[in-house]
Amino acid sequence: MPFDVTSYLRREMLPHIWCPGCGNGIVLRDFAAALEKLDYSRREVVIVSGIGCSSRAAGYLDFDTVHTTHGRALPFATGIKFANPELKVFVIMGDGDASSIGGNHLIHACRRNIDLTAVIFNNHIYGMTGGQFSPMTPKDKKATTAPYGMIERSFDLCRLAGAAGATYVGRATTYHNQLLTRLIVEGAKNRGFSLIEAVTHCPTSYGKRNNMATPTDMVRWQKENSVLIDRIKEGKSSLQEGQFPVGLLHRHDAPEFTTEYLEVVKRAREK
Amino acid sequence: MQGNEACAQGAVDAGVRFFAGYPITPSTEIAEWMAREMPVRGGKFIQMEDEMASIAAIIGASLTGVKSMTATSGPGFSLMQENIGYACMTEVPCLIVNVQRGGPSTGRPTSPSQGDVMQARWGTHGDHPSITLCPWSVQETYALTVKAVNLSEKYRTPVILLLDEVVAHLREGVEIPDPRKLKLVERPRPRGGRDQYRPFGGTVHEVPPIADFGKDFRCNFTGLVHDEVGHPSNSPAVTDRLVRRLVGKVEFNRDEIIHWEEIELEDAEIAMFAYGCSARSAVSALKSARDQGMKVGLIRPTTLWPFPEKAVDAAAARGIPLLVPEMNLGQVVHEVQRVAAGRIRVRPLSRVDGELFTPMEILSALKEGF
Repeated sequence: MPFDVTSYLRREMLPHIWCPGCGNGIVLRDFAAALEKLDYSRREVVIVSGIGCSSRAAGYLDFDTVHTTHGRALPFATGIKFANPELKVFVIMGDGDASSIGGNHLIHACRRNIDLTAVIFNNHIYGMTGGQFSPMTPKDKKATTAPYGMIERSFDLCRLAGAAGATYVGRATTYHNQLLTRLIVEGAKNRGFSLIEAVTHCPTSYGKRNNMATPTDMVRWQKENSVLIDRIKEGKSSLQEGQFPVGLLHRHDAPEFTTEYLEVVKRAREK
Repeated sequence: MQGNEACAQGAVDAGVRFFAGYPITPSTEIAEWMAREMPVRGGKFIQMEDEMASIAAIIGASLTGVKSMTATSGPGFSLMQENIGYACMTEVPCLIVNVQRGGPSTGRPTSPSQGDVMQARWGTHGDHPSITLCPWSVQETYALTVKAVNLSEKYRTPVILLLDEVVAHLREGVEIPDPRKLKLVERPRPRGGRDQYRPFGGTVHEVPPIADFGKDFRCNFTGLVHDEVGHPSNSPAVTDRLVRRLVGKVEFNRDEIIHWEEIELEDAEIAMFAYGCSARSAVSALKSARDQGMKVGLIRPTTLWPFPEKAVDAAAARGIPLLVPEMNLGQVVHEVQRVAAGRIRVRPLSRVDGELFTPMEILSALKEGF
């Protein structure tokens, strides 16, 4: 049977609020496709999100969902997972949500290696508020609060997450949408903190200020500026200035938080 | 037993099995107690990266059906305001203990203060309910912690327990009741199926049921204005209905929530209105005054919010002037004056130097007719 995304959606919530040409619908579809492959029961999945365009995705998905406060999705998710480790907890955040206001929560979720799967919708901009720069806006790109171009360096959230202790880190784009689904599936299966950056496109608040007014322009930019990590590893390709790798970027084994707590319980009872 | 320990013990006896917190003086003993005891009592303890994360974690835990709490002091309480509003809006039960210390800002971390009374009422933005309790002894800290957890479950709203640094660090003999004999309250849970589930429904004074995550009710919780099932809404009618019910479910049940104690008020010609550690000094002053033949009484609220209006109203109707000693420059006194509405003399007695009221200074104020 072909994959039917609508069977994962709260149809009464449609139409969605995203602008015409927005890439978030593609990421949402890939996310739902990953859930289908994972084949969890509907009741055991919880989806937590923060604030921003992408965080509205939680409300469209037909599971237990929490649309939390700006930047705080990960500590909410930490409470849910720790209180009931049986639940499969996914976290949806935007680039501003995860890397700016929620940056501290992000590095500590990575450090704890708590079994959550975070999907970061990176559209390089604050879309909901009309196009202000985020810590992930590329250098020299324009935003309403960077009318002369971004002078700050942008975060590489995948490198940050790996360094902070996340045990599964990957990146894909709306151009590489099958890869995105595969990374979410593998991230969910990883027993620990997984972060998947989904580079998505915002023609309305980002593209039109940066000579990429159409979704096609933006997806072409993703295609031309991304390099498959496997091709780099095989020596068939290399990163040029401004390009970013996609694929599985970081993987290591480490103790998972809720499992480690069982050890605390054991030690406490022995005393 | 210490006040902070009595609080932790009361919480566990009331069924709390999830604690998230961040170290801060003078509340840290609660977190330390929980770190030791939760693992042996089938509960969870986690030290989060900050207070914003701590309250987020307890709200998340509560959504799975577990009674949850955090403990902090003024600076951390300020950081928690955002998600206290979220818990009000999404109607998620949880307990927030604020062991008050001197402020503003870092203030005096080891000194008592009662400066957070108004923050407990209006700290988070927008119209919202507040249930805030304040004990005056270690024994009462235990009892009010149990009550706070129960109220939180019953009304599906965050409840704030305001401790004073003095009560939190005081050591007194405490009688701990048999926990099995405590009357515990569980949040209303849905009886029917998903089709009938209205997690944000009901009339203006009602508390709708809430399902635990993982039970296939598949509900959406959002801090946005939302309709009866949890979908975001921009409808003026939906907005009006939601905000009025959030506040109404507490306001319409004031009589069930509010409690105060009256000490020697029957024949009183003047009285004090005091809470927490200030009430301890007030009751000493009362005894001295009575010894000297003055007919002095004391009204001691254990519920600060919703404000115990009936207690003040009755005193005002009898023409009893009220002295309000509090360790701030005037917070509860304004509520007393509002309810008294000019019928009686109401005067503040303030102390903000980080030292407790002495009974003598309260007695002097009483003698001078404040």
